[in-house]
Amino acid sequence: MTVADTVIDIERLSLTFPSSDGDVLALQDIDLTIRRGDFVSFIGPSGCGKTTLLRVIADLERATAGTILVNGITPKQARLARAYGYVFQAAALYPWRTIAGNVALPLEIMGLKGEAVRSRVGKNLELVNLAGFENKYPWQLSGGMQQRASIARALAVEPDLLLMDEPFGALDEIVRDHLNEQLLQLWAKTHKTVVFVTHSIPEAVYLSSRIVVMSPRPGRIHDIIDSDLPRERDLSIRETQAFLQLAHRIRAGLRAGHSYDELA
Amino acid sequence: MSKPGESMTYRHPGTPARRFTYRPMERVLLPGASAFAIGGVLLHASPWFGLGLALAAFVAMWLLTQSRLSAALITGYVSAGAAWYLVAQADQPELVTAGFWCHVIAAWLLAWACVEQLAAIATQSRLYQWILGVLIPVLFGVWLLILWELVTRGLEVPQVLLPSPSQIAQRFTSSTHILWADFRQTFLKAVLIGYTIGCATGFVVAILIDRSPFLQRGLLPIGNLVSALPIVGVAPIMVMWFGFDWPSKAAVVIIMTFFPMLVNTVAGLGAAQAMQHDLMKTYAASYWQSLFKLRIPEAMPFIFNALKINSTLAMIGAIVAEFFGTPTVGMGFRISTEVGRMNVDMVWAEIAVAAMAGSLFYGAIALLERVVTFWHPSVRSS
Amino acid sequence: MSRGGSTLLPVLVVTLAIILLWYAGAAALNLAWERSVAQRAGTSPSLIAMLGNTMNQERPVLPAPHQVLHEIAETTIHKKITSKRSLVYHAGITLSSSLLGFALGTLLGILLAVAIVYNQALNKSLLPWIIASQTIPILAIAPMIIVVLNAVGVQGLLPKAFISMYLSFFPVAVGMVKGLNSPESSYLDLMRTYNASRIQTFFKLRLPTSLPYLFTSMKVAVAISLVGAIVAELPTGAVAGLGARLLAGSYYGQTVQIWSALVVASVLAALLVVLIGWLGDWVNRRMGLLRE
Repeated sequence: MTVADTVIDIERLSLTFPSSDGDVLALQDIDLTIRRGDFVSFIGPSGCGKTTLLRVIADLERATAGTILVNGITPKQARLARAYGYVFQAAALYPWRTIAGNVALPLEIMGLKGEAVRSRVGKNLELVNLAGFENKYPWQLSGGMQQRASIARALAVEPDLLLMDEPFGALDEIVRDHLNEQLLQLWAKTHKTVVFVTHSIPEAVYLSSRIVVMSPRPGRIHDIIDSDLPRERDLSIRETQAFLQLAHRIRAGLRAGHSYDELA
Repeated sequence: MSKPGESMTYRHPGTPARRFTYRPMERVLLPGASAFAIGGVLLHASPWFGLGLALAAFVAMWLLTQSRLSAALITGYVSAGAAWYLVAQADQPELVTAGFWCHVIAAWLLAWACVEQLAAIATQSRLYQWILGVLIPVLFGVWLLILWELVTRGLEVPQVLLPSPSQIAQRFTSSTHILWADFRQTFLKAVLIGYTIGCATGFVVAILIDRSPFLQRGLLPIGNLVSALPIVGVAPIMVMWFGFDWPSKAAVVIIMTFFPMLVNTVAGLGAAQAMQHDLMKTYAASYWQSLFKLRIPEAMPFIFNALKINSTLAMIGAIVAEFFGTPTVGMGFRISTEVGRMNVDMVWAEIAVAAMAGSLFYGAIALLERVVTFWHPSVRSS
Repeated sequence: MSRGGSTLLPVLVVTLAIILLWYAGAAALNLAWERSVAQRAGTSPSLIAMLGNTMNQERPVLPAPHQVLHEIAETTIHKKITSKRSLVYHAGITLSSSLLGFALGTLLGILLAVAIVYNQALNKSLLPWIIASQTIPILAIAPMIIVVLNAVGVQGLLPKAFISMYLSFFPVAVGMVKGLNSPESSYLDLMRTYNASRIQTFFKLRLPTSLPYLFTSMKVAVAISLVGAIVAELPTGAVAGLGARLLAGSYYGQTVQIWSALVVASVLAALLVVLIGWLGDWVNRRMGLLRE
């Protein structure tokens, strides 16, 4: 493994939040390396710090100890260089902008104009199968389509790294399966590095090439599992023995972290 | 397009017809109307007219069981005709008897029954809903005017107390030049200029203090408090400072409109969710980029709320400020001097102008709001 | 973290800044008069001396805050309440008519809202007019009502209370209609499953859920009823009340008197609004609609 292959490098990272009843240790001694082209899932119960860790990578939170490098530079430098696209739990599309206008938003902020904006918007809407919906408003689309538009918006800045914070958590299971399939196709087509936060075991196993199992209080990494499933997969893989074994290992890891007892 | 009656009543073919029962108001209004109509005849008012009214009420009772729309139509037509006949009679004192008033009440009950029927019509069609939504309040307003006309004429109410609508309308059409001059002085100068400056200043100050949470925390409670104070009271001071003409009124309007705009804009700029802020942060957006692309659009519903509140405040401020001294023109000046001269019809004409100006002003802003904040759930749903 | 603690200091600082600005404004606006006095007297006093004088003029363009406070103290503490020169007397007259009007207006507004909620015809015919009438400057009718009622022989408290009443009636009616219609359909469905009568639904569901709306609109109503009472004191050359003090002050150029009447009116309005706010919070907390 060469240095150039490392996208995210985290060493002994900790983060404490001050609160009214003392400091809360949200992340403790995180060590993690993410390679280029990986699809890494963070899985764990509420309060295990998986979203916080993603926000540290995105420079939306600052670590209080340890080091973290994104593309070999600090998260802040990476953010200013627009090195990643971020997908939130909710689509967070602007209701006053059309779908095309929403995808164009980060490009406008980067200072792009005219044809450059139009072609990138068209290309990325096509990637998420939303071509033809350019002039619709977000509130005229279904929840699943809105979330696809927000993925297109994250891809519009053409980052190598895609950070996704439970992007399909608010959707029903049927739509979710469908979007998971599409996300895998997208990953295969674009060769992006994806960091994906979820609390669904099947989702994590189905999507990931590596799975990071986390446990709460304090938030820490319990286990890192390399998936041996083939990269080319469809939903039927969920009935295979290999899939069920991986799922079982994750479930055992979550239980060992006492995570179920402490669900608040 | 199908006939109105067909699309408005729909019964599933499989279900048996339900037995018709009168609703409570229907049991009172129509029998009441026929009782008063016959009562009027017994009290020596026009017998044919009274019997006609009573007959119409009975027919409506029966029609009701068939179709609400036809019952509404007959009560509407008959009450309108009756109103026309009664207004013509009201000028002849020998005809204005107890029987006459019985017939007035009968006609009014018929009209009320008409409104009841129209309000009870359930229709899926957007167009009919819209027509009914306009027609019902208009009918109500027209009947208020008719009763006003009948009472002032029939009881010979002195004009000083309450002029009849027709007298006011007459005064209105014969003094349009005075009304226009007053409108120009008060609305086009004091209100519009003061409103524009006051709202713009409130908005700009809100943007200026946006970067200082300390100033916001200090100014917001004070701004909220000031919005509840009787600021019109600064009018005499403004008249002393800026003279009798419109600038002193505009100054009152500026002070009155400033705080609502300040408070609402500050609240609106804070309305964007944390997730939206995070999104702008992942784009490494500058302060001004996220202000113009995220926070000002998000604040628009709040800003329009202030613009609407302020449209009424501006009218009140300008008119009341004129009570403290003006050149011999202006809506507030006209109201206070004509009241002194007991020309109450002129006062009413001026109030009609103020009402129209106020509601049109508000309506224009509400329309602009629909265009600008078309995306907001409250606009989308209606 | 208490909310009070985080706003108290900023509010104090901003208030202090306003007072300082007021002093600066008084000095700047009143200086011209001092200059012309000195010129007529042929003397040339120092700027410091002139600035000192701007703080204590007889009829300043803008009286300094301490002059206003002094005037208020003079006309409240040092005068008998029954005296025509006592601001307490004048404030009491304005307050009594606005409170009477406010109480009647609130009652009328609630009753009308109930009628509108339970009668389709009224809902569709009257409510549009009530909403529309909020957009017109109805305060403009005040002088006419005073004069007309005066002509019929109704004088004193009642005409002013009448104006306060119709001003406070509109926001309460509109707010209560909204409040009585605010229960979600699932709550109304629940009452239907109990086969509750209309009266039971009203007292057990609609009325309690409407209370926050009632108090919000009562805050608006009490503020506007005070404005109504003050404006109602303007037209007939009324001899008593805060509005009369404003008018008399503006006739005779008594700026200190205007400002003190204005400050007292503002304090009164603030007290009334805060009082209604407290009452609303207390009721809402008792009903469990507002949590700490």
